[in-house]
Amino acid sequence: MDKLLTVSMSPHVHDRDNTSRLMYGVVIALLPAWAASVWFFGWEALYVPLLSVFFAVLFEYLIARYLLKRTPSVRDGSAVVTGLLLAFTLPVSIPLWMLAVGVLVAIGVGKMSFGGLGTNPFNPALVGRVFLFISFPVQMTSWPLPKGFATADAVTGATPLGILKEGLRQGEPLSRMADQMPPNLDMFMGHMPGSLGEVAAVALLLGFLYLLWKKIITWHIPVTIFVTVFLFSGLLWLIDPAHNATPWFHLLSGGLMLGAIFMATDYVTSPMTHRGMVWYGIGIGLLTVIIRRWGAYPEGVQFAILIMNAFVPLINLYVKPKRFGEVKKNG
Amino acid sequence: MQKRKTFPKGGVHPPEHKLSADRPIEVLSLPSRVVVPVVQHLGAPAEPVVQRGDEVKVGQLLARGNGFVTAHVHSPVSGKVFRIDKRFDASGYKRTSVIIDVEGDDWLPEIDRSEEVVREITATREEIIDRIREAGIVGMGGATFPTHVKLNVPRGKKAEILIINGVECEPYLTADHRLMLERPAELIVGTRILMKALGVEHAVIGIESNKPDAIDLLTQMVSEEKGITVQPLKVKYPQGGEKQLIKAITGREVPSGGLPVDVGAVVHNVGTTVAAYEAVQKNKPLIERVVTVTGVSLQRPSNFLVRIGTPVSALIEAAGGLPDDTGKVVLGGPMMGKAVSKLDIPVTKGTSGVLIIPDEEAHRRPVQPCIRCARCVSVCPMGLEPYLLMDLGVRQMFERARDERVMDCIECGSCSYICPADRPLLDYIRLDKLRVSEMIRQAKQAVK
Repeated sequence: MDKLLTVSMSPHVHDRDNTSRLMYGVVIALLPAWAASVWFFGWEALYVPLLSVFFAVLFEYLIARYLLKRTPSVRDGSAVVTGLLLAFTLPVSIPLWMLAVGVLVAIGVGKMSFGGLGTNPFNPALVGRVFLFISFPVQMTSWPLPKGFATADAVTGATPLGILKEGLRQGEPLSRMADQMPPNLDMFMGHMPGSLGEVAAVALLLGFLYLLWKKIITWHIPVTIFVTVFLFSGLLWLIDPAHNATPWFHLLSGGLMLGAIFMATDYVTSPMTHRGMVWYGIGIGLLTVIIRRWGAYPEGVQFAILIMNAFVPLINLYVKPKRFGEVKKNG
Repeated sequence: MQKRKTFPKGGVHPPEHKLSADRPIEVLSLPSRVVVPVVQHLGAPAEPVVQRGDEVKVGQLLARGNGFVTAHVHSPVSGKVFRIDKRFDASGYKRTSVIIDVEGDDWLPEIDRSEEVVREITATREEIIDRIREAGIVGMGGATFPTHVKLNVPRGKKAEILIINGVECEPYLTADHRLMLERPAELIVGTRILMKALGVEHAVIGIESNKPDAIDLLTQMVSEEKGITVQPLKVKYPQGGEKQLIKAITGREVPSGGLPVDVGAVVHNVGTTVAAYEAVQKNKPLIERVVTVTGVSLQRPSNFLVRIGTPVSALIEAAGGLPDDTGKVVLGGPMMGKAVSKLDIPVTKGTSGVLIIPDEEAHRRPVQPCIRCARCVSVCPMGLEPYLLMDLGVRQMFERARDERVMDCIECGSCSYICPADRPLLDYIRLDKLRVSEMIRQAKQAVK
């Protein structure tokens, strides 16, 4: 035998999945929501996310190449996902320079400053969004009404959560706001003002099914968030229906679907065990309802996820998988 | 078919590639020379009892295992001892081996070579264990733990159930599958023998559902047998792992650091069981075994009955020769087998397969950053956190690795298999285990 054989330790076979396949799987899962967004908000909803992805990939490449001085790994697709998700959380009328600033913060501060993929404690897209939200509150809360492809000037209006918060602030009971609220079916389909990619619950749920089917994520985080929000808001509603929205309203409004399915499940910033994921999901659900009901802002999902991101290392430290053959102490 | 069982936590399902499942076992012709290492088992090496120039017969003792956890080694061929020397084996190290030039095929007269199945078990419990030890039988699934040790239930513990491992969860391998199809009667008598040795009333033969023919055949054959049942199992790796198989069949968990008999179970592989039958009923020591020779690029994937000590290259020749694009040769299955650097190494008691891997699949992909997808945690059948154990290995934090139960790892490789970032999780876990076992050894010595 004059040929040399390769010697390495087992295993000698490997699953076909790799990082970029998983990332592009997430992109595919976002396509229904993107399509719905274009349907409701027109062509802007097509090019704003495209531009956001372009900025994300460009900034990550430049930062890796010239600041960190290492081989850029933009092909893994994680910058594409961050760019897309950030755009999905913005009003479609966002000025493009503002979009660029948001992406720079998301990629530069949220991800690359910690060392790039896998090392950032907070969801980069949400870091970008919260930065924009706090820096440019006017533009970030000006929500165009769905107009489809009509060329007329965009009319803005309040989101359902905005109507709720404003009404409650003025001490009005819920019944007075009812005529301003879109019906549940419209909220489910996405016919309401809101962020570019968050409105169409049905499209986001379709993406959720795809992620589950392809085993890209497990059910634990999204389902725990849904159940927690439903039970907690339902409890408040039962106690005082005049000042609390129905649990259905909470599930379908704002960024809950987008956040629970696509943001909270970000691999890097979520827990490593299924049990940990359940605790994390419960935390996000509780914080979301608390912020919506008693906080200063109408919407709480973004802060709830970022706050729970901070707890992930602690969850990983204390919530361990069930060990096989664990010997019970004092048993 | 009965309801299929499986173990609840973790596991993966690699492509099965059971290429040689329909190929009957063929008797491989004798090589001109065999190399028989004196260590083919877990435990103390056996000591050679023959000398250069001795004439030996098939079945004659070559090396005696002195002590409890060890195994005798017998001559797989007849001929003349060429020399006793150090030769490479699958481990990549040189081991003391008895090298024999083959002359004829002359068996010891006391070995019953007839095809007839001897069903009546006349040996007593002690005689059974004694004959199994004398025959040098070890676990033939790959772990090569001496079988007589497993049959000696420690004082104060009681075996309740015997599990016959016909899972063969490694992709590609079909040796146990063929054995179940072609020698079911011997397998069942062997099961009875092991039941008698252990003093148990129940035995379960566990088979994964990708071998429906073996399940049907054995189910039918045990229908008349009191106390023996066949349990179909879902296809999931590493179900053939002792602890996973016990969990799947009995629902009991072997405690961390404990033995299967702590939950009343003893597991033996089907190959071992047939070898036990031959030892007790036919007086035949362990001198040959079934080996699957396989690979997608191989011309003729086959199952061979091979004498111990036959060079691996002879098996590959018989299966159509080494393909030109071969990049790696693995002894065993692709998940836990050992890659070898030479092909003139011998088949030993634990060699279940020879897997040929083409060059394009022989190399590891570049390591990427961990994206914390948690798949390694999900697939670990022992409930460990491979990403964390690797990280602790990288940082040399071995005390913490010990506290995170690294010694529970069974090295099944599910974590490395599934990792989308191609991280060498199991390699670092092996480092952890090495360092932690050194720590444990030193601590024991300090106490003394």
